[in-house]
Amino acid sequence: MAGPGPGPGPGPAGRAPRRAPPSLSLRARRRAAANQQARGGAGGSRRAAGAAMEDVCAKFVSQKISKTRWRPLPAAALQPPDLFATGSWDNEDNRVSIWSVGELGNVGLGGEYQGEPQLLCDIRHNGDVMDMQFLDQERIVVASSTGTVTVFRHHQNNQTLSANQRWEKAHYHVDQNTSCGGAACTGVICNNPEIVTVGEDGRINLFRADQKDAVRTIDNADSSTLHAVTFLRTTEILTVNSIGQLKIWDLRQQRNEPSQILSLTGDRVPLHCVDRHPNQQHIVATGGQDGMLSIWDIRQGTMPVSLLNAHEAEMWEVHFHPSNPDHLFTCSEDGSLWHWDTSTDISEKPSFLHQGGRSTTYFSHSTINQSVVSAWLSNDPTKDRMEITNLIPNQTLSVNSLDILGPCLVYGTDAEAIYVNRQLFA
Amino acid sequence: METGRPPALPPSPPPLLPPPALPAGYEVRRGSPGAPRPRRWALPESRRSQTPRGSHGAPAAHPRSASGKPAEPATAGSGAEPGLPRPRPSGRPRRPSSRPGGAFGARRRFRGERPAPAPNRRRPAARPSFTPAGVSAPAEQRRGEGPEGGGAAGRGGRRRGQRRQRRGQPRRGLPARRQAGGREGSAAAAAAMEELDVEPQLMVVPGADPSARQLCFAWGPAEVLVCETLFGRRGSGEGGPSSSRVFVVRRDQDIYIQTLRKLFNESHGIFVGLQRSEEELAGKSRKAQLVQVSKNYRSVIRACMEDMHQAAISTRDPALHSQYSTQVSILSAMELIWNLCEILFVEAAAAGPLLLRLLDWVRLHVCDVDNMVREVLSSENPSKHELFWNVVDVFVLQGRMDEARHLLSKEASANPASVNMYKILDDLMKKMPMPSLGNTQTLTEMELKWQHWHEECQRYLQDGTFASNSHMESICKILLGDEDAILEKKELMTTWYHFLVTRLLYSHPTVKPMELRFYAQSSMDLFLGGESSPEPLDTILMAAFEFEMHQVIKECSIALSNWWFVAHLTDLLDHCKLLQSHNLYFGSNMREFLLLEYASGLFSHHSLWQLGVDYFDHCPEYGRVYLELHIERIPLNTEQKALKVLRICEQRQMHEQVRSICKIMAMKALRNNRLGSALSWSIRAKDAAFATLISDRFLKDYCERGCFSDLDLIDNLGPSMLLSDRLTFLGKYREFHRLYGEKRFSEAAKLLLMLMTAHIAPCSFWMTLLTDALPLLEQKEVSMLVTGDKAPHPISFLPDKVCGSGDPLSAPRLGLALSVQKNCGSSRIAQQSKCPIGGSTQDPE
Repeated sequence: MAGPGPGPGPGPAGRAPRRAPPSLSLRARRRAAANQQARGGAGGSRRAAGAAMEDVCAKFVSQKISKTRWRPLPAAALQPPDLFATGSWDNEDNRVSIWSVGELGNVGLGGEYQGEPQLLCDIRHNGDVMDMQFLDQERIVVASSTGTVTVFRHHQNNQTLSANQRWEKAHYHVDQNTSCGGAACTGVICNNPEIVTVGEDGRINLFRADQKDAVRTIDNADSSTLHAVTFLRTTEILTVNSIGQLKIWDLRQQRNEPSQILSLTGDRVPLHCVDRHPNQQHIVATGGQDGMLSIWDIRQGTMPVSLLNAHEAEMWEVHFHPSNPDHLFTCSEDGSLWHWDTSTDISEKPSFLHQGGRSTTYFSHSTINQSVVSAWLSNDPTKDRMEITNLIPNQTLSVNSLDILGPCLVYGTDAEAIYVNRQLFA
Repeated sequence: METGRPPALPPSPPPLLPPPALPAGYEVRRGSPGAPRPRRWALPESRRSQTPRGSHGAPAAHPRSASGKPAEPATAGSGAEPGLPRPRPSGRPRRPSSRPGGAFGARRRFRGERPAPAPNRRRPAARPSFTPAGVSAPAEQRRGEGPEGGGAAGRGGRRRGQRRQRRGQPRRGLPARRQAGGREGSAAAAAAMEELDVEPQLMVVPGADPSARQLCFAWGPAEVLVCETLFGRRGSGEGGPSSSRVFVVRRDQDIYIQTLRKLFNESHGIFVGLQRSEEELAGKSRKAQLVQVSKNYRSVIRACMEDMHQAAISTRDPALHSQYSTQVSILSAMELIWNLCEILFVEAAAAGPLLLRLLDWVRLHVCDVDNMVREVLSSENPSKHELFWNVVDVFVLQGRMDEARHLLSKEASANPASVNMYKILDDLMKKMPMPSLGNTQTLTEMELKWQHWHEECQRYLQDGTFASNSHMESICKILLGDEDAILEKKELMTTWYHFLVTRLLYSHPTVKPMELRFYAQSSMDLFLGGESSPEPLDTILMAAFEFEMHQVIKECSIALSNWWFVAHLTDLLDHCKLLQSHNLYFGSNMREFLLLEYASGLFSHHSLWQLGVDYFDHCPEYGRVYLELHIERIPLNTEQKALKVLRICEQRQMHEQVRSICKIMAMKALRNNRLGSALSWSIRAKDAAFATLISDRFLKDYCERGCFSDLDLIDNLGPSMLLSDRLTFLGKYREFHRLYGEKRFSEAAKLLLMLMTAHIAPCSFWMTLLTDALPLLEQKEVSMLVTGDKAPHPISFLPDKVCGSGDPLSAPRLGLALSVQKNCGSSRIAQQSKCPIGGSTQDPE
């Protein structure tokens, strides 16, 4: 993971609620740049980005990719994922496609995967694919810019996709002429059989996969656009909006009010993505319009635990590694994809990581046992254990989506390419 | 370009032109005339069909002419005379006749009518938005001109001067595609670049009937809207019921081929990498870098070609199949040309290595014989195969000596009788001196060795060593560079440039770059033998051999159906510092011009526009303007797309565009009753006026409903509150409510007082403020505050308007004001005062 750069890993930013000092973010960037150089040197073959890392395969697909998602593995599975779905945006006809990797026996001598992803099947989708989640092994929930939410079923025996269930205009505007126009559905999250969607109309819908009508709708849940949603617990969801707020909604309560509002201080930077720590449900990561990564502890305070200056433009997605949550992945409009690694052992770190004065004020807080507290909430910069790697050298156009499962990473870009890295931790 | 026709000609009735056979090219999409077009261009979704493509190299639709407003008849200022469609001399070919099939010939074929997706936004035809008012010049005039010509007519024309120059000249008899005299030097070639040597093409818009009605058009970036007007032919009477269609005429059709999108996207990355690469690198490594870039481009072309080939194989639709196959041949021709340019211009191989490079080039691209070779080699006994000697010849002709010797050795072992003869030939082939890539031998050394070897071959031929075997004798003759012997193998070489390279290999292995042109010309003449005239591909290659870079680019612009190739090649050559930076008569230099063309094409695509941005970024002179004009016209259907466009603008400090995009989004949100969103967008745009408007809406809603909506936003305005006075007032007033709700009366009163003194409250809101004050006056600590010496009398800040007469409510208001002044904060008065306006206010308690 660690690039060959000689420098120490960039430190996490100081304890929030203040921003990461510029020096820190600079170092993070410099590190990324060093990685780029070291990796970029190996390039030169056709796949500019792919060549830099031999284990990445790229495929140009003639459509701008807005979402990529691995198909979830059955509970007992040990093998790496082999199927993923993509959705496109901004095309005249957009598509939802299923791709396979690795099942065609294209395994090279060294055991590494050689071939490109193969298209298994695709289906037309009305409107841009705004978000996409697998409901189970076979069904995919797709959010459309037309406000429609569709469940597609992937028939594995004959490799076809079909629309299984559709909620037309799940999100809509009521304009002055009282005609209803669809409003883009921006986010969807599944917890089989429940599906929660949010949209530009500030509405939250709760669907059940088997029911025709919405189970619950919260109109005017937000005065601005809701950008993303995630489950905190089975009955609680968390939404992020375009004025920098996190809202927690308890679906058991009939009140159409959020049970808690957390927000960035003052500057109202829109938040575009959110993900919850897979094991510690109180830890939440969000990404904002300015590329900042924020880590929140929703048990305490209404402000983020730490703000990490990261990308130079909108952060489109953030994902904790589902089984290895010390690793976090973010991708951004600026065409970069970062791997944040907090698992590095302290003892291996040289001592010059001490950052001096600015950390001292926080020493008093760090009384909790480090081994219990997640690395993400670690508030002691002297135990700086964050390693950041930019996985894409020389990328220019936006990386809109990424998904991570086991050792496999898939991401899609506006340059109409999908990339699969099957040996992330090699 | 006949807009400049002398006006003396009588306005004769236009001859009805039979629609000429459609040469391929422009694509027309048909749609119904819309309701007022949105500010941003959205392509009408509808059927498509074709019209011919415009000529090459003309300055394209300048985006400036696209007003972005609802399409107007684009006739103003055209200065064109009334409708004189220029009849085409019958029988005159549209295009030079020398455009057979093959690589380029079939390139722009009519793309069959696709089944039309139903126009999903069909609007009543009774609302023609193309009002013909003011249409004076029948658009028929420009019908034949293609978008380029029309563009000049529509806006006064960068090219007018040129046209004027040409007006007096007699028209050439034939639409000669080539400038005969343009080759004498790069200056002349450059001059030729500026000479329009292709006739403007007649563009037939299927479905439009220009003989019955005048057409009008409006410019868009890389597209034209054409529609029929109400006006009849003579510009006087009504021409009958208007048809209800608008046609979208596209320039660049290749952009819409799915597989080519891979080419565009992948090469975009290389292009950006090249622009970023450091110029400082010293000579050699810089050259190596550029060669690598060139190779990357080629491998992208190859990859695309393979994809296209796969697509051609897998499709069952014959039309699609032929379309794909055509694209494959175009792509392979592009790579062929690019590879040659890479050898001659980018790498600029010197004598010696030059030949090796050319040999590689031929081996890579002459693959017609590969199947034969494979067939023979895979047969169980190659030497008995009937094509055995053909394969040996192929190897010899391509200079693949080792392979040829390998085959011969098999044959030799089968013929023990003539083993000696084989041995001699084998020896000759083994000893053949080849130029080396490194600096291990000098040219003179090489020439000496070669002379020696040549003489040896000569000797064997003369003493009849191979006389018993005609195959071996002919091989020996080839080794000697005997032109007739080589030409006998014409079928095995298939192309004149293969012949050229073989000829060079065996007679002039140390050919210098500058000598190439003589051999090339004579090889082509010898090979074609006057039987067939050169095709476009031949002329392009010939121009390359002659080191006429401008000519190459020009020919490619004419022959190829897209701008991708010329734009990228020119850019690469420019990075090699090979193009003189002479300015074109239109705008900037050639590199920039071609890049602008290409990027404009990308921007006209609904999805590829993002790529265009980087190309514009690297056009120093006009890129910015183009980008500004194009970016405003991207349809914004979702907020996410708007954010992406905004990011592009913000990174480039395009404040005007940022404002405009935010305003559009704010308006959309407002129309959808999403006040919170609208306010967010106007805050982002720093649009004070709009923020005021929305704040007023909020206050109005409050007055009507008695409670605030969108509290999550208003409570969190932060510093952005200062954007406009009204917004500040809104935020602060809401804060007052909150303080009051929290029973912090003293602070609430202070805030209220501040709101009053600051004069930021809208007049209509004063009553509400004053009524809000009443309950506070009952509080002890508050009344102290108000009556204190330092506090000014509230009545003194009442604006004149509130106290002014004529207002039916002025009397109670005055009473209220007086009650405040007297500090008689008794509930009795408060209740009384509130009565008349109680409906519009809310008691904070």
